[in-house]
Parts: sequence; C-alpha cells; structure tokens
Amino acid sequence: MSKKIMSVDDSASVRQMVSFTLEAAGYQVATAVDGQDALAKLTASPADMVIADLNMPNMNGIDLVKALRAMPQYRGVPIILLTTESQAEKKAEGKAAGATGWIVKPFQQEQLLAVVKKVLG
Amino acid sequence: MTQVDPVETFRQEAADLLVQLEEALLDLEDRPDDAGLVDKAFRALHTIKGSGAMFGFTAVAEFTHHLETAFDQVRSHQRPVTAALISLTLESLDHIRGLIEAPEAADGAKGAALLEGLRGLAVVAPPPPPAAAAPAAEPAGPATWRIRFKPGRDVISFGTNPLLLLRELAALGDCTVTPLADGVPPLEELDPHACYMAWDILLTTDQPRTTLEDVFLFVADESTLTFERLEATVDKRVGDILVERGDVRPDDVSTALAKQQPLGRLLVADGKVSPDRVDSALAEQQHIREKAKTPAAEAQTVRVQADRLDSLMDQVGELVIAQARLRQVAGLSDDSTLRAIAEEVERLASDLRDTTMSIRMLPIGTLFGRFRRLVRDLSRSLGKEVALTTAGEETELDKTVIEALNDPLVHLIRNSLDHGLEPVEARRAAGKPAEGRLHLSAVHSGAQVLITIQDDGRGLDRVAIRAKAEERGLITPGAEVSDSDLFSMIFHPGFSTAKAISSVSGRGVGLDVVKQTIASLRGTIDIASTAGEGTRVTLKLPLTLAIIDGLLVRVAAGFYVLPLAAVEEVVDLTAQQDATSRGRSFLNIRGDIVPFVRLRELFNTAGQPDPYQKVVIVAAAERRVGLVVDQVIGQYQTVIKSLSQLLGDVEGFSGATILGDGSVALILDVPHLIGFAQGREAALRA
Repeated sequence: MSKKIMSVDDSASVRQMVSFTLEAAGYQVATAVDGQDALAKLTASPADMVIADLNMPNMNGIDLVKALRAMPQYRGVPIILLTTESQAEKKAEGKAAGATGWIVKPFQQEQLLAVVKKVLG
Repeated sequence: MTQVDPVETFRQEAADLLVQLEEALLDLEDRPDDAGLVDKAFRALHTIKGSGAMFGFTAVAEFTHHLETAFDQVRSHQRPVTAALISLTLESLDHIRGLIEAPEAADGAKGAALLEGLRGLAVVAPPPPPAAAAPAAEPAGPATWRIRFKPGRDVISFGTNPLLLLRELAALGDCTVTPLADGVPPLEELDPHACYMAWDILLTTDQPRTTLEDVFLFVADESTLTFERLEATVDKRVGDILVERGDVRPDDVSTALAKQQPLGRLLVADGKVSPDRVDSALAEQQHIREKAKTPAAEAQTVRVQADRLDSLMDQVGELVIAQARLRQVAGLSDDSTLRAIAEEVERLASDLRDTTMSIRMLPIGTLFGRFRRLVRDLSRSLGKEVALTTAGEETELDKTVIEALNDPLVHLIRNSLDHGLEPVEARRAAGKPAEGRLHLSAVHSGAQVLITIQDDGRGLDRVAIRAKAEERGLITPGAEVSDSDLFSMIFHPGFSTAKAISSVSGRGVGLDVVKQTIASLRGTIDIASTAGEGTRVTLKLPLTLAIIDGLLVRVAAGFYVLPLAAVEEVVDLTAQQDATSRGRSFLNIRGDIVPFVRLRELFNTAGQPDPYQKVVIVAAAERRVGLVVDQVIGQYQTVIKSLSQLLGDVEGFSGATILGDGSVALILDVPHLIGFAQGREAALRA
C-alpha cells in the first residue's frame, strides 16, 4: 500500500503543489490548514510522514512537532518542516522539538521528492 | 480534488493575504505593541514570499523578502514599530499587489525607492553575516573517505532511519560499512527507542565532500560525524589506523606489538579497544588495499605456460601428501620442536595450495565470450532471432574445469536454440517477443560454482519425455516421478523425443555425453522447465579438481573422504535410534525426515560395527542423506587422484587420495550415494 503523507500549510497554493507532486509520485496525500487541524486529523487517521509549514496561525509547525512527538504512535514518524532561509535559528528549534528535517522554501518538486525519499526510503 | 492552476490559486491566496496584511498594519497603528498583530503581518509576508518564489513570481519574492526581514526584526525586538514603517509597508503592499496582478507593468524604480526608504529606517544593527569559509580545493577524481557516524540518541524517535542514510551513501560509490555496537548498553539499561549504534564507513567516490555531507544534512547537528579523506595508496598497519582514528593510544599499540601476536586481538584482550573497532580498522585496511591494487595489478601480469601451472599443482599436491606424513610422524613423537615445525609446514603448505589454486583460476567470461559467435551463427542458420545475455563473467573457475566445460556448454546452447526457442512466428502466436532470450550466468555458491543456461522458449515436453521414458523402460508406467527426475531422463544415452533430426541437434547423441563430462568434473546437472515459459539447466561444479577440503571418516578398517562442501553436520546414532530405525532407515533431524545409508552394509564389510556409530549428513541438489560411519576422524586436505581406468565403472567413488601413513582412502561420490539412498527409499515405500 502506498505511504500516506500529511501536508500541513496555511497556504492553499503550497498545499496544492505538495499534494500534486506527491500524488504524481504515487503517495497518498492528506492536507490540513494549520497545526490544530493537522493534530486533529492525524489523531483520527495515522500518516507515515508529515510535511508542515513553520509559520501557521493557531498552532505553528514547531508546536505541532512537539504535540506529535508526545503521541506514542508518532514517535519515529518523519516530520519535515518548511522554512525560509531567514529562519536558520528556527531549524535548530525545530530539530530540538523533534523534527526530522526541513525543506527550505522556495523549493522545486524534485527537491521535495528527494527529501521524501530520503526519510521514507 | 479537481486540479486548478496553482498559479491562479496563488494569485487568489496572495490577494487574501494582502488584505490580511493591510488589516494587521492598520490595527498596528493603534496598538503598536500587539505581538499577535506583528506575527500576523510577518506570516502574511512569509507566505507571499515563499509561495511567490515557488510559482514563478521571483520579483514578488525578492521584494517581499526585505519586508519579511524587517518584520522578523520587529518580532525579535530588533526594530521598533513606527508610523514610518507602517506607512512604508502599506505602500509596499500596493506595490506587491501590482507585481502579482500585472508583473509586466510593474514599476521597478518604485520598488527600489521603497526598499531604499526601508533601509533608511532605524534598526538595531543586524549582526554581520558570518564570513563564508572558502571551501578547500579538493583534487578531482575518486577519493576514499573515512566517515565516522554516531547518530544522536533520539534520531530514530525523531523520524530518521539511519539505515536509509547508509544506503543513500552506499549508492554514491564503493562502500564498506562496519557497524560499531560497543555503545549498546546491557539489556536492563537499554531504552528501546534510543539509537546506540555507530558506523564506520569507507566510501570511494567521485562525488565531492558536500554531496556526502548532504546525506547527513538532517542529523549532522546532533550526531558525531567526521569526514576524513584517505590516501588511497598507502598501506597502513591496523595499529596506525586505530591510533589515527583516536581509538587507542600509541603507547598501548607499542605494548601490544611487543607481544608479537595479532595486534587487534591483543588490544581487545587488554581491554584497550572494542572488537568492533578493530574489525572496522581491518575493514578500512582491506578497502584501501583493494582500491590500491586495481590499477597496479594490471601492470604486473606475467604470462606463464599452462603446463607449468599443471606441474606446479601436481607438486603442491605431493607436498600436501608429504606434509600429511610429517604430521602423522610428528603426532607420534614427543619432540616438541618437531611438532612445531610440522605445524609450520602444514600452515605453509595450506597457504601454498591456496595461492597455487588462485593462480590457476580463470574468469568464466573467457568461455562465455566464445558463445556470442556461436549463438549468432546458429540462430542465423535456424532462422531464429536470439539475444544472448550473460552474467557473472568474473566468476573464477579452475583452468581445467573451464576447458572441460566448453563442449557441454556448446551442446546445451545448441539444444536451447534448436529445441527450446521457437521460430519467430510461433513466438508471436504465443504472445512472446519475437526475439528469443538465452541467458548464461555463473555464480559462486560455497566451494561450488553454479552455471545456468536459461531460455524463454517452449519448455520441455513433459508428456513426450514420459512416454519415451516408459517406452524405453526407464520408468514404470503410472509411477510418481518428480519433474526434476523426469527431465533428467533426457540425459540417458540415445534418448531423444525430437520428431525430426536437424543438422544442429536431435540425434539423441550428446546429452548423455554432457552428463558424463559434468560427472567427470565431479559436477551435477539439474533441469527445471515450465511449458511455454522456458527451460533452465543448472550445472553445479567444484571450484577445483586438484585438492579439496575433505572430511576423513572410517568404516570398519577402511578410510574414506567426503568433500567437506557437501557435509552439513554430524550427529550421533544412538543405540536406541539404531534399534528403532532398523529396517526403516531414516532419522528425524529437527523435524526433517532424512534417509540414511549404512556404509558398512553398502560396502559389505565384515565384523561388528563400533559401539558409537556416527551419521554424517550430506547434501546435494537440495536433498539430504545420512551416511552411517564408525568414526569421524576430522578435516583433511585431500589431494584428488583419479581412479585407474580399470576401475572406471565402479560407482559410488569419485577418486582416491593418499593419507599421511601412505595408505589410500577412497573419495565418496556424494550425489551418487544420495541418488542410491533416495532410490532405495522409493523402492521401500512402493
């Protein structure tokens, strides 16, 4: 069965681009508009990987990582944060919270797939 | 989800975001200290910039970047919220809107002026960007890297699978990985979610260091990770490698060296270093040596006449026999010096044997190469289209075996082309590609080499073979016969089901010769075939014909040798098993029923068997049989002497060897004995 990836972003265009790219590569994609929405959806139905934006209303990417890592079923699940180059210190904060890695925006479709392949195998 | 143009989605989204930004800015005018509003403005700018860049609005992204930076500074209290900042941002917002709606009509000068104004606003001085260290120039071409990787404890909980990283690295070049488990605590202290492992990786690759570092991008910060470029030409000693890596101290090495024994083992025994780390250093030594030898070795070949190699092998054989005598004499003597010399000679003889045999090894590719032409010519004369593919050309076999294999392989290939692969029209009708496929491959499997000839032709005709075999009285009509046994009928002399005799093959002459040749090389043949899909013939051959490792056993007063490669295990035949198994002749080995043969009965020896009988379990062609012997003496370097022509039709023995005391031991023909035992078993059941 193909792996399911949750794309969390408050930007519809980014969600759309992530979904389009991953679906074309054979993954199942679920989407959420912010951390809170993602947490609710991920609690109800598990995912094999999460790609979340760093800056989001209601619950940001780092708080989402912390909340997910506190759930036993999301220990060890790859969580990738989307950041911009101006947020170098945020990478460290994200890593400390338990994020697996990051993708720097703007990114190309190939970069996204390379990272997904790197962490999902 | 219906697919909308993402660019259009971005436009709409950006319009919304700009409205949000406008609201936030207007609210900020009233409440400049509201951190929530600052965040809202920053997020809007952040998203416009990030998405803009992704959907081709480069100008938007570049311009917004400066505003985003400004608001990030506000967030971190490096910049105050002033009326000037807000009005400037509101103006910029209109500029961004223009850039998104009509990028072509945008006024570049206006944007530059706005940014100039932004720069003029008071800022707490930003820290100067760290000077980028100029990357050291690396020599081009492949390099060998020593990568030591100890991931952080949380790495697995945080979603990284270290094995995927190692695999990614292995894909970059020639890679030797040694796992280091010395950091794993005792079970009661072990946290199952933590990662305690470390890995030493030797990687020879053309890729620059940055590519290697990128593999560890996500884990670099919390891992202990070092990259060192190694000099690929220097042959280092293990001690030097361990010291260079900081695994042991130099004076520990000197102390250990003074004891004149394998260094790694001593250092481990002294508790100076863990066995894993010594293994890792040894792996590095090996990796570097292999890298160093590839270009150099080609320059240093010497052509030697083949018969000199043959006589060298004969002499090594005699030496091994003489050494066996020496060992026998030394074993009976109390002279410790003599014993020490005998041991030394034994070791040297064994090394010399291995070296001599390796000299005689040739890659089978030399043989495969000849078949290209054969297949081309044959397929033309038969009017068929055939593609020959080969694999495992580098597999090495003794020169004599390679030479002897030529004729049988030619025969099998002719058969595949003539009977196996169908003419083009027949293939098309069967829905197969017009071009038939013939695949030759060779692979090492223990002390044997497996050579397979596989075609995707029509397969063997089970019914025709059965009818022919019954007609010739080879099998009883209606008897249960396995596919493998049935197919092996085609190796009987004069057996042919071909309706027409072609010029290429089909006279029923030959396949029995193939079988004889393979048997004379102490090899076996196995056939698998599926109707309509093809046939696969597998030849199993010993690596060498001259000297083998054997297991010396005794039955009554006679000594016999079993090829060690065929021996699986030795079990006791208890008196009870002996009593209960009488007449049934099979053993229960961990749930498997294994038939056995009493060699005493088979050889018609007189006298009482030893009280503690042993069963040597041997295997060939995936079948197992027990051979009951009186005594298992031990491993024995066996120089194979062929039996005289007078004994050519004796079955059950494949040769003879000379023991240390000058007596002769017969070498048992394991496939034949297995066939015999299976046959007797079948007869008993019937």
